[in-house]
Amino acid sequence: MTNHFLGDTAVLTGRSLRHVTRSLDTILTTVVTPIAMMLLFVYVFGGAISTGTDSYVAYLLPGILLITIASGIAYTAYRLFLDLQGGIFERFHSMPIARSAVLWAHVLTSLVANLISLVVVVLVALLMGFRSGAGFLGWLAVTGILILFTVALTWLAVIAGLSAKTVDGASAFSYPLIFLPFISSAFVPTETMPGPVRWFAENQPVTSIVNTIRDLLAGRPVGADSWIALAWCVGILVVAYVLAIVTYRRKIS
Amino acid sequence: MIQVAAAPAIRVQRLTKSYQELDVLRGVDFEVPRGSIFALLGSNGAGKTTIVRILATLLKADAGGAEVNGFEVATRAAEVRASISLTGQFAAVDEILTGRENLILIARLRHLKDPGLIADGLLKRFALVEAGGRRVATYSGGMRRRLDIAMSLIGDPPVIFLDEPTTGLDPQARLEVWQAVRELAAGGTTVLLTTQYLDEAEQLADRIAILHEGRIIVNGTLAELKALLPPATVEYVEKQPTLEDVFLAIVGADGSAVDGSSRSESKGL
Repeated sequence: MTNHFLGDTAVLTGRSLRHVTRSLDTILTTVVTPIAMMLLFVYVFGGAISTGTDSYVAYLLPGILLITIASGIAYTAYRLFLDLQGGIFERFHSMPIARSAVLWAHVLTSLVANLISLVVVVLVALLMGFRSGAGFLGWLAVTGILILFTVALTWLAVIAGLSAKTVDGASAFSYPLIFLPFISSAFVPTETMPGPVRWFAENQPVTSIVNTIRDLLAGRPVGADSWIALAWCVGILVVAYVLAIVTYRRKIS
Repeated sequence: MIQVAAAPAIRVQRLTKSYQELDVLRGVDFEVPRGSIFALLGSNGAGKTTIVRILATLLKADAGGAEVNGFEVATRAAEVRASISLTGQFAAVDEILTGRENLILIARLRHLKDPGLIADGLLKRFALVEAGGRRVATYSGGMRRRLDIAMSLIGDPPVIFLDEPTTGLDPQARLEVWQAVRELAAGGTTVLLTTQYLDEAEQLADRIAILHEGRIIVNGTLAELKALLPPATVEYVEKQPTLEDVFLAIVGADGSAVDGSSRSESKGL
């Protein structure tokens, strides 16, 4: 039945994309918090934060993009949980389809929904004066990292969606992820932080990813950070994927 | 008896299943001949849903055999899935999609041609034409159930599992579902039905099995089951309309087919 994998995934992705387009509020609530944070940090705190750069919008945008993804993937866990709850997951599983298509459809939907949110946030940043010196390849690399990060976090969301007991539980896992950029180089340079905090900030995934995106958007050559960022993304992706599949197998056996 | 070449549509042998300490199924045996309606009757927690989930390849049995449409559930899951449709205990429909989109979705997943045509045909058959363009979230319980069953018919699977299809429905919706089940069986589909309502089994099933504490304690036709009871005594009682009769007489006046079918049923009894 695996020969139907692509077709079944396409059909099921179409289905969950309709869930997104019919409840556009999910996109809105995803982008509203990052945009509010961006406004707050740029126009309220920004004047008092010294980052050594001329444009604070450009400085904080990478972190805001990661926050956007972290809050966007919560909806994947939510939608997956509702499918399990409502019995439609079992209906699909009792049908002659490629079973893995059921999970992949949610992952692809998450990717599409998050890309839409990211575009909205970037547009708002442009309105706020963000300008990029990056060329086509630079933007391509930024898109690539953001896609990788989205897919990695989405598989984390799949674990949460599969193992949650309540709707709230399904989306609560994303709060720490949303919070993680605050203890990183996303808003302020890590040099100002006290010892242990600074150590944590410099060695957690968000900092290297933020630094890489920041360099790419500024059109600067990327340093060793980019390899660390890539390693983090791929590492999270692999671990989350394996755990998600294990959780899934346990769930359906 | 009439043991023709055709193997039974469902064959269950010494099926057992436990959840940790709890033995849900303790050796269940039964067979369902092709084209018949078989009712598994039992109270909540008797293990009815567990049997259905094992037969629908959603759950693995601990021991014993289960065959659907000639395929062993444990080893030929793909073939089993191609032979069945499951209508679970809670209407498994997509609330955000319209009724028509739900039907098209299932038709696409069954890789059928003309999903739109199939959807329109089923909407007509289940009296959902007007509601077809509305989101399912706006449907009543009975409409959801009808849509649910309509979705199960797509692709004409030879075996259909209906797990408590009328639980939580009002009397009218219940009659609508019964009518749909009868039509299914008339079309040659094998139906395995679980229910906790005695009259539902009585109304629909060719054979009835009573599942109690993980075992089938009785299995036979309605007549055979009745023969197990002490002989009937003849009493003269004034036949009062039941509350259901009253309810349907008053409410069923909206000109739906329900009213007619309920009357012919009571005559039949």
